[in-house]
Amino acid sequence: MSFDISVFYSLKISEAVELLITETTRNTWIVMALLLILALYVRIKSRSWDPMKKPTGFQNFIEMCVDGWEKFYRDSANDTVAYLAPWFFTLVVFIAMSNLIGITGLRPPTADWGMTFPLALSSFFVMVFVGLRHRPKDYLKGIFLEPVFVFAPLNLIGELAKPIALSFRLFGNLVGGMILVSLLYAIPYMFVIPVPIHLYFDIASGILQAVIFTVLSVIFAGTAAE
Amino acid sequence: MQNPLAFVIAISHIAAAIALLNGLLVPLGQGNVAANAVAAIGRQPEAKGTITTTMFIGCGLAETSGVYGLLVAMILIFVNPLLSRYAPQFIEAGAQVGAAILPFLG
Repeated sequence: MSFDISVFYSLKISEAVELLITETTRNTWIVMALLLILALYVRIKSRSWDPMKKPTGFQNFIEMCVDGWEKFYRDSANDTVAYLAPWFFTLVVFIAMSNLIGITGLRPPTADWGMTFPLALSSFFVMVFVGLRHRPKDYLKGIFLEPVFVFAPLNLIGELAKPIALSFRLFGNLVGGMILVSLLYAIPYMFVIPVPIHLYFDIASGILQAVIFTVLSVIFAGTAAE
Repeated sequence: MQNPLAFVIAISHIAAAIALLNGLLVPLGQGNVAANAVAAIGRQPEAKGTITTTMFIGCGLAETSGVYGLLVAMILIFVNPLLSRYAPQFIEAGAQVGAAILPFLG
């Protein structure tokens, strides 16, 4: 049994650079297509929604999601970064959808460090952007001159360790769950679908890890802005 | 030692098992988080929602070190850097980078 990511197509650009179309790429496109269809559906449906009437059914669900996230975000972040709520909502929805796609038997795109590291890197860039935007002097001073300038390399490594730790956390959880589930399926004469295992590793752990990733990004951005 | 490669592979697998041993302490931390959350809910039942959310996030964070152990074990088993032809450079660079980064990861 192999846990490698299968490569469908590889395009050689030069001796060292190779462009790979892997399982992760395909599954990411599937996730993106699902989210895009959902977004278009909501957009088209929302034309007929009357804000003066009581929301029902699907509209209620969508409003619950958005409202719940706004409330949760206001609780965990400070007001300086309130305008970033839609970005973090996108992040949590994308990661949760990527993790949940493991139920269908596809490999979750987040079970690939090449996927989680760019996500963590985007959080890192948001953090730096927020820090430079709201208090440029204090932020740079906090990195390069705290407590004295000799500690600048240590502070820099501490900052750079944040996206690495963030991406390893998500990646490790997803790969661990994936390996455990596929080991269960590799047991000979295993005719039962291990529903509780799927329930925990795909649904509960997947959504939880998406929320943890996003909340940590929110906290990083919030501390950079204050 | 007849076959150095077999020796390296065997030692790598033992090292993977040792790396997974830090999973011994993770449940302790998670249990601590859950116990304190239960105590907090007992004291303040009206704050149940906030406490539950915070507890889940705390549990996920406490899981982190166990996940790092799992990652080290997986690297040692599936993509063992000691077996590649760049092994000497890997060991040297890894020792330096590890010594620099490790204190900050926690």
